[in-house]
Amino acid sequence: MADVAVIDYGMGNLRSVSKAIEHVAPGLTVIVTDDPAEVARAARVVFPGQGAMPDCMREMDARGLRKAVMDAAHTKPFLGICIGLQMLFERSEEGDVAGLGLLPGYVRRFATDAMVDAAGQRLKVPHMGWNHVRQLHSHPLWDGIDDGARFYFVHSYYVETADTALVAGATDYPGPFTCAIARDNVFAVQFHPEKSAAAGLRLLANFVQWQPARPAGGR
Amino acid sequence: MLAKRIIPCLDVKAGRVVKGVNFVGLRDAGDPVEVAARYDEQGADELTFLDITASSDERDLILPIIEAVAAQVFIPMTVGGGVRTVADVRRLLNAGADKVSINTAAVQNPQLVADASARYGAQCIVGAVDARRMPGDGPPRWEVFTHGGRKPAGLDAIEWGRELQRLGAGEILLTSMDRDGTRIGFDLELTRAFADALDIPVIASGGVGNLDHLADGIAQGHADAVLAASIFHYGEFTVQQAKQLMASRGIEVRL
Repeated sequence: MADVAVIDYGMGNLRSVSKAIEHVAPGLTVIVTDDPAEVARAARVVFPGQGAMPDCMREMDARGLRKAVMDAAHTKPFLGICIGLQMLFERSEEGDVAGLGLLPGYVRRFATDAMVDAAGQRLKVPHMGWNHVRQLHSHPLWDGIDDGARFYFVHSYYVETADTALVAGATDYPGPFTCAIARDNVFAVQFHPEKSAAAGLRLLANFVQWQPARPAGGR
Repeated sequence: MLAKRIIPCLDVKAGRVVKGVNFVGLRDAGDPVEVAARYDEQGADELTFLDITASSDERDLILPIIEAVAAQVFIPMTVGGGVRTVADVRRLLNAGADKVSINTAAVQNPQLVADASARYGAQCIVGAVDARRMPGDGPPRWEVFTHGGRKPAGLDAIEWGRELQRLGAGEILLTSMDRDGTRIGFDLELTRAFADALDIPVIASGGVGNLDHLADGIAQGHADAVLAASIFHYGEFTVQQAKQLMASRGIEVRL
């Protein structure tokens, strides 16, 4: 049984995710897998995603991984990254595609027009680079990470939810958007901890030690 | 607030980092992992590896380099040089690159940019543009050059930048061939023209000789990121010093 399974559905570079986890937890067995049975057996699950959400949904389903993802999200420590965050919600503007619907909310695109910062300079899309993450409530995954620490982002879409209790972190671009959510055994982030140097490695180290207080335990 | 990025560029030839890497106390100046780790410690926001290997049969030698660096250094990595096919893009991403830059092959076959972007996402496709200022009066114009700046492509650089954006590039790496190697600063007019014309981020490159040049690229050139090689390689300045100078000029940086 793997300590950590990184779910592989053919969308992008998962090597850096697994390498970063191995780096912070050299004693753990980390696998990159597209086998639902392996995902089911693993103690913890990382759900990454790159590229376009419609492709991610299609490739996940093509590999028969939907049930394994949903089961993991209901039962064990679960970390979503980037599109892996977006896919947890109901629907995305990107290709007008349905997500997994685990969490209430929608995935929206940054408005390319009329985005300017406080200094009046134009903001580009994708939102690419290192930005501040405000921690909106304390959580074991923020342990040892400064409130306002910078993480590396690269994305054109962001999640919007009416359930503010879900929102664990926010970033401004130029207005505030949700960059981290937490519920029970699920934590998911828009930024890339595996590419965010010391702060990102700390978050991954926190994840592999995390014992969620209230695992949701089934449906 | 989003930080402006500083990106050291490392030239790789047949599996070794070349171009006089001169950090004090470096065990092996040609070891890409050691050099990358040093830049990471200095606060580099990303790293770019440019494969300058001439022969294609030695080009795969960069793959173990990328794998080794990706296992030790956890900041974004871009790899470019000799990328011709979607299969090349896939190999580099699988080795651990986060982004792949495409230059000559994009001009020869624009569909490559569209295909690679559709398959792997715009976030990992960097359109590299080598531009040279055209002689003449009137408003300035720049032309695209390929093959390491040797061959004119017959394209207006800014129009080509817009086309790369339309094809699905997520970012532009813009190099002034007039300024490359001169150490007199970026072509700020070129940089600003690009940055203002495009919705996607623009990385300025070519001509950096001191730290103020980097800040100028952002403050006056409106670039989202600045790339430099020799001022960092020769140990003249650290990335940290560059960031302190930029911060003192009111530029948002990750310190």
